[in-house]
Amino acid sequence: MNGRSAHRAGWNTLGILVFVVCVFPVFWMISTAFKSDDQINALTPTWFPTHPTLRHFRDALHKPYFWADVKNSLIVVLVVVGIAMVLAFLAAVALSKYRFTGRKLFIVLVIGVQMLPGAGLIIPLYVVLARFHEVNTLTGVILVYLTGALPFSVWTLRGFILGIPKELEEAAMVDGSTRFGAFARILLPLVAPGLVATSVFAFITSWNEYIFARVLLNDGSKQTITVWLSYFLGTSRQTDWGALMAASTLTAIPVVVFFLLIQRRIAFGLTAGAVRG
Amino acid sequence: MATAAGTTTKWSRRRSLTWGRVGRAAVPYALVAPVVGVMGAILGYPIYSLVRLSLERYGLFELIQHHGVYIGLHNFGSVLHDSVFWHTLLRTIVFAAANVGLTMVIGTLVALLLVRISTSIRLLVTAGLVLVWSMPPVVAVQVWNWMTNVQNGVLNYILTELHVGNYFQHNWYTTSFSQLAMVTTLIVWGALPFVVITVYAALSQVPRELVEAAEIDGARSWRIFLDVTMPVIMPVILILTSLSILWDFGVFTQPYLLIGQAHITTGNYLMGIYLFEQGYVRADFGRGAAISILMLVIVAAMSVVYVRRMIRIGEVT
Repeated sequence: MNGRSAHRAGWNTLGILVFVVCVFPVFWMISTAFKSDDQINALTPTWFPTHPTLRHFRDALHKPYFWADVKNSLIVVLVVVGIAMVLAFLAAVALSKYRFTGRKLFIVLVIGVQMLPGAGLIIPLYVVLARFHEVNTLTGVILVYLTGALPFSVWTLRGFILGIPKELEEAAMVDGSTRFGAFARILLPLVAPGLVATSVFAFITSWNEYIFARVLLNDGSKQTITVWLSYFLGTSRQTDWGALMAASTLTAIPVVVFFLLIQRRIAFGLTAGAVRG
Repeated sequence: MATAAGTTTKWSRRRSLTWGRVGRAAVPYALVAPVVGVMGAILGYPIYSLVRLSLERYGLFELIQHHGVYIGLHNFGSVLHDSVFWHTLLRTIVFAAANVGLTMVIGTLVALLLVRISTSIRLLVTAGLVLVWSMPPVVAVQVWNWMTNVQNGVLNYILTELHVGNYFQHNWYTTSFSQLAMVTTLIVWGALPFVVITVYAALSQVPRELVEAAEIDGARSWRIFLDVTMPVIMPVILILTSLSILWDFGVFTQPYLLIGQAHITTGNYLMGIYLFEQGYVRADFGRGAAISILMLVIVAAMSVVYVRRMIRIGEVT
C-alpha cells in the first residue's frame, strides 16, 4: 500500500466514524421503539431488538389526543403551505423580474423578519391573539406560522426563478405571447420543482414548530403533534421509554420522508443566494 | 382583417403611453402587496403592541380587560436593575458563542473531510447528515432524554466501555453548566448537517488548478487552506456564522425541554426561557414585553452584518 491510498483509507475510516456518531441517536430511537421492555430497562444495552415488537407503537397510538393532534398539525401545515406558496410566489416574481421603488425596503423586510427570534414575539402575539379571541384556536397558530413561512418562501423562490434562463422567457415573448402568457407557459412549469421544494420546506418548519404552539394552544385536543410529544412523559415516575421512542419515531416519519424527497433542491436553494453573491 | 388589427394596435399604443405605463409600473406592487399585507397585519400590529405593552402594567387582570395601565419606563427600569437579566444575558452570550464556535469548527472540518473521502462513503455520510437534519427538535430532545438518563442511558454505558471514566449512573443534569453542555451537544448535532452541506458546496467552488499549482510549488497543506481555500469559502462561512449566532442566541425549544420545566431555575436561564418564564408563565406581560424589546434590539444589532450582505446579493441579481 503506498502512502496516498493509506491516507485515503485513514480519511475513509474517519468518515465512517463521523457517520456512526451522527446517525447513532436516530438509530437508537428506532431500535428502542421495537425492543421489549426487558431489553429497554436492562442495565447493559442491547444494540438491536432481538424480538421486535410493535407494542410500543400501539401504546403510543392509544395515548389520548394522538390522532386529534396529528389532524391539527396536518390542518395547520397544509393551510400555511397553501397560502404561503401562492402569496410568496407572486412576491418572488416581483423581486426577480421587476425593478421598482421600495424593492430594497421589501428585501430588508423579508430578510429582517427571518432574523426575529420567535421567543421575542410570543408575548405580543399571545396578547394580541387573546384580544381577538384567537388563543386556543388553530387560526391563531396558522396566522403566526405564516409570518414564519412567507419571508423564507419569498427568498427561496426568488432564487429558483432567477435560475431560469432569461432567454427562454424572452423567446416566448418574441413568439407573440404577452408577459402573462410567457409567465404562465414558460415560467410556471420551470419553477414547479422550486415550488415543490419550498412548500415541503415550509411543511417541515411548520410541522416541527414548538414554542408558538405551546403558548397559543392549551387544550390537549387542540394541540399540535410536537406539543403532544413534549407532554408525552407526563409526571409519571416510571418512564415508558419504549412508547416515548415509538411516539418520537411516528412524529419524525412525515418530516424525514418529505425531507429526503427534497434535500438536494433545498441545499441548492439555500446556498444559491450565498454563492451567487 | 390585417388593417383592422393595425389600427387597433396604433390606438392601444397611444393609450398604453398613459394607462399602460401606469399599469405596468403597478404590477410589482400588486404582486408584493399580499405578502406585505399579511406580514403587516400579523407582525406589524403585534410589534406595535409590544412597544405599548412594555410601557404598561399588563397582567392577567389587564389581559381579561384587554386594557393595560400606563406606567412609563417602569418595566425597563425593573428589568435593567434585575441582576438576573444581566446574568442571563452574559450566560446566553457565552452559550451562543460556544455553540456557534463548535458548530462552525466541527462543521468546516467535516466538510473538508468530505472532500478527501471516496465517493461511496461521501454519499453515506451525506445521507446520514440529511437524516439528522430532518429530525424535529422536539423528537431530538426526547431521544437525548433517553440516551442520557441516569438509570441506564446508553451514553454512560458507551463512555464507561470506552474507558473514558466510570460513568455508571452518572447524572448529566446536576449543575447548570452540565445541563447547558448537554443542550450544546444537542444543538450542535442538529445544526451540523446544514453547515457541513453548505460549506461542502462552497468548497466545490475552489479552483482545483490553484490548489494543484500551490502543491507543485511545495506549499504546506495548511497554507493552501489559508491562502487558497479560505478566501473562496469565507462569504459562506460568514453567512453561516451570523445565522448561527442569531439562532443560538434566541434558542428556546432545546434548553426548555431538555433541562425540563421543573428544573428551570434563574441559574440556568437563557434569554428565550427568561422571557418565557417572566412574561408568559408569571403572566407579567408588560415586563415580558420589555425583556422582548431588549432582546430584539440586541439581535437586530447582531444581524446588521448578515442583513447588509443579503441585501447586496438581492441588489446584484
